Amino acid sequence: MSADLTSLKLTNDQIAWRAAQDIEDGAYVNLGIGFPERVAQYTVPGRAPVFHTENGILNFGPAPAAGEEDWDLINAGKKAVTLKPGAAFFHHADSFAMVRGGHLDVAILGAFQIAENGDLANWSTGKGAIPAVGGAMDLVQSAKRVAVLTDHVTKNGDPKLVKRCTMPLTGVGCVTRIYSSLAVVDVVDGHFVLREKLKAMSFDDLQALTGAELHVDGTVADLIVEGAGAPV
Amino acid sequence: MDKTVPSLADAIAPIGDGAVVMIAGFGGSGAPVELIHALIDKGPKNLTVINNNAGNGHVGIAAMIEQGMVSKIVCSFPRSSDPVAFNTAFTAGTLELEVVPQGTLAERIRAAGAGIPAFYTATSYGTELAEGKPVEEFDGKHYVRERWLRADFALIKADTADTMGNLTYRMAGRNFNPIMAMAADCTIVQATRIVEPGGIPPEQVVTPGIFTDRIVEIAAPVQEETLIREGAVYP
Repeated sequence: MSADLTSLKLTNDQIAWRAAQDIEDGAYVNLGIGFPERVAQYTVPGRAPVFHTENGILNFGPAPAAGEEDWDLINAGKKAVTLKPGAAFFHHADSFAMVRGGHLDVAILGAFQIAENGDLANWSTGKGAIPAVGGAMDLVQSAKRVAVLTDHVTKNGDPKLVKRCTMPLTGVGCVTRIYSSLAVVDVVDGHFVLREKLKAMSFDDLQALTGAELHVDGTVADLIVEGAGAPV
Repeated sequence: MDKTVPSLADAIAPIGDGAVVMIAGFGGSGAPVELIHALIDKGPKNLTVINNNAGNGHVGIAAMIEQGMVSKIVCSFPRSSDPVAFNTAFTAGTLELEVVPQGTLAERIRAAGAGIPAFYTATSYGTELAEGKPVEEFDGKHYVRERWLRADFALIKADTADTMGNLTYRMAGRNFNPIMAMAADCTIVQATRIVEPGGIPPEQVVTPGIFTDRIVEIAAPVQEETLIREGAVYP
């Protein structure tokens, strides 16, 4: 099963591409450090979301050419970025007023575990590692939509979608949608609701890799990724 | 009124052992590296440092930790690309860590500057970072009570200052600078240029001079990120 799964599952870029399809024109969006940052590369042509970085920029753009970096112009991952027309700078209290005040339409983060009640664990393994939380706890409590990008299972094959998180929580009841390497799953009223799955995968096989019951509400669409791996 | 001082050593002179020091910047962006290095030259001990991070490489806050000046750090994200100084001291048990969610850190600082001793936020509700803190329900949602965060000193990096202490900032280097400038008893500023009163159009002032105390001109400040990439070690 695991070898099959490796060939079947979406790459991180394909997951990012799928998540980008749901970002509306004009949405205010915060992308977490690392893998979620890739979502920006797959912005749907004709849409112009405004990306927020919590260190204090709205409407930043991609990285500059090597050698063109300005180290006062960075994102939350401390990578050099550029500005788009209409960008704005602001201080940290204003930046998190945007977050806590519910002004962000979408926050997209990574995950260690997501529970069927919407709890998210993504900041600490709880195993004596040095804790580092950043803005994750602020973002998950207050953005209008909180989406997670993740492999469906851990490297050991354990489910990442679970009944209850066993790792330290980032937020309670906060996740609204999961883009996994096998499926798109919503959290609705304390349940996982399967919206899309890879066509090559049966419902039963997907359920077997999921740590809590997958509910179906209407039709389950095929999870189809087009043009992935080719950043626009 | 003239808040300028002639040298970095003069600027940081009031900071002594046991002080609580806010250091602005996010990573290297907006970090007052010259003020930090002047503080290392003076060498006060047992400092509490408040910053978003916990230093990188062997310059800035990381160098303060390596010099044994820091007994406690309050930050949101001690992990970074090269946090060896922090990791070594933390693992050895010589450095106390208080991890605060980033927005809560910013608002605790802003609240201190605004004279608000506590506030409620949904951030961290139900997590281990809320343990021991009062929780209250407002309009059907749970919020955690957080205290203000004050400091004895703030180290600030401005772009332009006037001699009365009005400040502007460069790009995203603004980050924690304006709020930390409000939250300390003594706010110490390095500015890339110092102009006469009126030299900054009033509409463009970001930090009004009432929040600042001591200003030193550092005409060509180094970028911490550049130092780290060069493998620089301070002192």
